[in-house]
Amino acid sequence: MKEMEYDVLVVGGGPGGSTAARYAAEKGASVLMIEKRQEIGSPVRCGEGISLGWLEDYGIKEDESWLIHRIDGAKVVSPSGFTLEINAKMAGNEVGATIRRDFFDQMLAEMAARAGADIMVKTSARSLIWDDKHNVAGVKARCNGEDCIIKAKVVIGADGFESQIGRWAGISTVLKQGDIATNFQYHMIGIDIDARFSEFHLGSIAKGGGYAWVFPKGEDEANVGLGVTLDMIKQGGEPKRLLDRFIDKHPELKKGKIVEQVAGAVSVGVPPDITVKNGVMLVGDAARMADAITGGGIRNAIRSGKIAGETAGEAIEIGDISHINLYEKRWRAEMEDELYRDWMAKNKLVTLSDEEFDDLISALSEADIENLSVYEILEVVKEKNPKLVEDLMSFL
Amino acid sequence: MIDINRDKCMYCGACVGTCPVNCMFLYETRVEVDEDKCIKCGFCERVCPVGAITLIKEAKA
Amino acid sequence: MIDINRDKCMYCGACVGTCPVNCMFLYETRVEVDEEKCIKCGFCEMVCPVGAITLIKEAKA
Repeated sequence: MKEMEYDVLVVGGGPGGSTAARYAAEKGASVLMIEKRQEIGSPVRCGEGISLGWLEDYGIKEDESWLIHRIDGAKVVSPSGFTLEINAKMAGNEVGATIRRDFFDQMLAEMAARAGADIMVKTSARSLIWDDKHNVAGVKARCNGEDCIIKAKVVIGADGFESQIGRWAGISTVLKQGDIATNFQYHMIGIDIDARFSEFHLGSIAKGGGYAWVFPKGEDEANVGLGVTLDMIKQGGEPKRLLDRFIDKHPELKKGKIVEQVAGAVSVGVPPDITVKNGVMLVGDAARMADAITGGGIRNAIRSGKIAGETAGEAIEIGDISHINLYEKRWRAEMEDELYRDWMAKNKLVTLSDEEFDDLISALSEADIENLSVYEILEVVKEKNPKLVEDLMSFL
Repeated sequence: MIDINRDKCMYCGACVGTCPVNCMFLYETRVEVDEDKCIKCGFCERVCPVGAITLIKEAKA
Repeated sequence: MIDINRDKCMYCGACVGTCPVNCMFLYETRVEVDEEKCIKCGFCEMVCPVGAITLIKEAKA
């Protein structure tokens, strides 16, 4: 059986994996990243919306090959059609772009390779191997259909929503039904949209447990999708049925043509209590780090990937694997408050009725929220719906 | 028994990540089920975005 | 019998286009064989770029 040996093995070639591999390699560790599919970034499983203003912190230069459409802001639409416009000024860095995820992921993998990481595609991890001190010693894998052994001192699980590495290492990444969103999306051409804005449609269109989105990819082109939490679903295929209904209700979308379809699930929960154990680290969606309000996972995968890669690289450099336990503290210091805040907000939002969404969005859209503080905004909403503000205050 | 319609399946891994007992595995574009571990909770059937999964309840032997 | 190793297969369709009796079909990422039509010429095994196909010659009944 073929055997290989590396300092750091990264399982999964998405944004989290490639970023971890790159930063570990930059620290001088020998790094292998494996990807079970034969191509990096394909098939796409993503809405492809991204915020801007943070990429350069990770050495990523904006490039038209993957950054295909810039937007000026977001429109949040209530069930009766009240619309709140959030522009660049209000959103801080939250304004963004639509990307080609396949090209984006390939670009990140190329950066990892240039930093010195080896990459093997069509290679799937099948189990972890352990040393006699219960520390990870690598994985058994299938490489191009042949069994192989990849030895490594550190294994970084970047294996996405369907993550196995964490579970094999005894980290419970099982999610509650309300913390799983299942999604379906069409790439549509020939639609009438305001291509300057991405749109988020709230309320019963997604059974109150999610939203429908329109992320423009060009003047007459967008990713049109819908996500809903599992606790709202009785029967399989619900995201597709709800999305078809949403499009049916919008003539400006209905006139378009479908050129691609995408499915997938994402966590809208919070990370497990531990994300490092016996030489195994989890990053990105594998560590349930997607944002609970939007379901967006790219930025947090890259953030955690960098921290994991650097920490693993340092551990190899100083010859002390237990150093990787610092990962836990480091990512939590940077990301945890935000993840919990958005998770609590999501848990509140899923309890709102269509009428409450209408009250909230109409009050906000009439107010000059650009120049108001959060509490002043709540005062405005209070005039429309005092009960709603009482509830919102409780988690603020 | 878990029946997966392979022509409907978009191999997105939603079922794999949702399964509370980790009895499903995505081999590149092919989902396989370890029927011995399966507890027949039906989460996979409900989470599937495209309705490719059916939990078939067997008659008692 | 045609044995296809699904972990090796890259679903490129080389075998499907090569088969002289059209007994193979590529269902998105899954090759299937109509064994009754197959004449066991072995072209599919030879043309496969990654060695995923094996023609298994059965003993005569």
